[in-house]
Amino acid sequence: MAAASQGNNATAAQLAHQMRVAERPSAAHEKEASVRFEISDLNFYYGAKQAVFGLNLKIPKNKVTALIGPSGCGKSTFLRTLNRMNETIRNTRVVGNILLDGQSILNMDVVKLRRRVGMVFQRPNPFPKSIYDNVAYGLRINGYSGRLDDLVEHSLKRAALWEEVKDALHKSAFALSGGQQQRLCIARALAVDPEVLLLDEPCSALDPVTTAKIEELMFQLKDSCTMAIVTHNMQQAARASDFTAFMLDGKLIEHNETSKLFTTPQDPRTEAYITGRFG
Amino acid sequence: MSSVRLIWRKSVNAVMLTLTGVAAFGVVCILFLILGYFVYNGGRSLNWAFFTRLPTPVGESGGGMANAIIGSLKLLFLAALIGLPVGLMAGVYLAEFGGKAFAFVIRYTTDLLNGVPSIVIGIFAYSLAVAPVKHFSTLAGGLALGIMVVPITLRATEEFLRAVPGSLREGAMALGASKWRTIATVVLPAAAGGIITGMLLSLARVAGETAPLLFTALGNRFWSPGWSQPTAALPLMIYEYAISAYDDWHRQAWAAGLVLLAIVLLANLGCRMALGRRGMPRSS
Repeated sequence: MAAASQGNNATAAQLAHQMRVAERPSAAHEKEASVRFEISDLNFYYGAKQAVFGLNLKIPKNKVTALIGPSGCGKSTFLRTLNRMNETIRNTRVVGNILLDGQSILNMDVVKLRRRVGMVFQRPNPFPKSIYDNVAYGLRINGYSGRLDDLVEHSLKRAALWEEVKDALHKSAFALSGGQQQRLCIARALAVDPEVLLLDEPCSALDPVTTAKIEELMFQLKDSCTMAIVTHNMQQAARASDFTAFMLDGKLIEHNETSKLFTTPQDPRTEAYITGRFG
Repeated sequence: MSSVRLIWRKSVNAVMLTLTGVAAFGVVCILFLILGYFVYNGGRSLNWAFFTRLPTPVGESGGGMANAIIGSLKLLFLAALIGLPVGLMAGVYLAEFGGKAFAFVIRYTTDLLNGVPSIVIGIFAYSLAVAPVKHFSTLAGGLALGIMVVPITLRATEEFLRAVPGSLREGAMALGASKWRTIATVVLPAAAGGIITGMLLSLARVAGETAPLLFTALGNRFWSPGWSQPTAALPLMIYEYAISAYDDWHRQAWAAGLVLLAIVLLANLGCRMALGRRGMPRSS
């Protein structure tokens, strides 16, 4: 029942998206022009150990950019530099430039940055609070003083969770299934209306059906949000992303439109990875 | 050959199971023996007067320990006021902020403090709060108990905060919460159940302490108004009455023991029920 209504929502959203694209003949040009994140010559160090080497990447607005590569290649580390989550780890150092809408994030107020750049983690991590309080958390700590109810409802709807939880808003978030918890975490991140959503292997702890739901959700969110997703699942990268970046040993090997990267990879290492010869 | 081995393994299993079972049963038995003995001996001499009247002089029957009950509650209140915040905050520091070397020093010192004999803590409180003002007081007794509350609260806080998954901290920080806000609104609530249990345990432990009160609160056969006079306390009364030569006093000592036990049990139960309603199920 719930799954069926999900499906309908998705088709409606896809239709709406297609119509919008059709209405704007310049959309193709826009995507070239608008860059949300511009990363240049980024190096990252855990103590003396360097994890990211001279990385250059542009993350386009309202697109999904997938980061793929074998375990330990630095893709999660790189993702976590984008909202400066690595600062919570001692002895880490960033050298290089990261521009968000043309502004350097490295000297930006970290609270403001994280409000604009939300994050969803590998394992669902709802707070031990009610569903409502989970979604309202970001609003409350940011001192939002308007009507919380409407925003909580809106965020849950954006995360395609509202229909399933609307009668249980004050129940513990732990009562939800893993997939619902992950969508709750997405709703929680969306509540403060971020421009960018970073997803760090958001589906690795979920089953295929739930994974499909999250991917549908990402498709719907593209209208309002730029997304960067780290994934081990190459099918997922191929299905859900517009651009794909392949990383190996802390270096960016290749970055292209997803369809091109997966059909005609330029670098032999990319080809070896996506055809499953290593990693 | 293999069947012999199987029989051997099965019998080892049975013996071990029996041993652990007997040990567990023994522990429960001891607890119920103590409880039953207290109820049997104390219950007989427990009456309304015990809760409402002052102790009577030797030879005069009746009387109660109202002053000692109130005195114990006042001492516990002070101990909680002094010890719990210090223990809690130091525990938060240790779990969330402390660097490796410094945290090790604090942790080690705390364990030492926990192992200091309670009578030594009493002498310390005496030299700090009795000697300078030259009279025994409720305040000095509360201070002695408060010092004893710190290490248990601190270690409980630290342990339960460490058990909170790091992903919760990351989740809050990724939403823009500062570190103290993350701790106050996400980490501490997640660990609240365990921390409060630890606090109750520490208070329950000091509720029965006699040695640190001997030369701080001293004891008193009358009411002790305010905080700066010597006060009676249930453990002191038990000590005084149990070593006396009068049967009447022995019975009252049993009753005092029962009341002390009941206060600790009720506080524990009350807190658990209050928490049970508010608490959230834990994730994995």
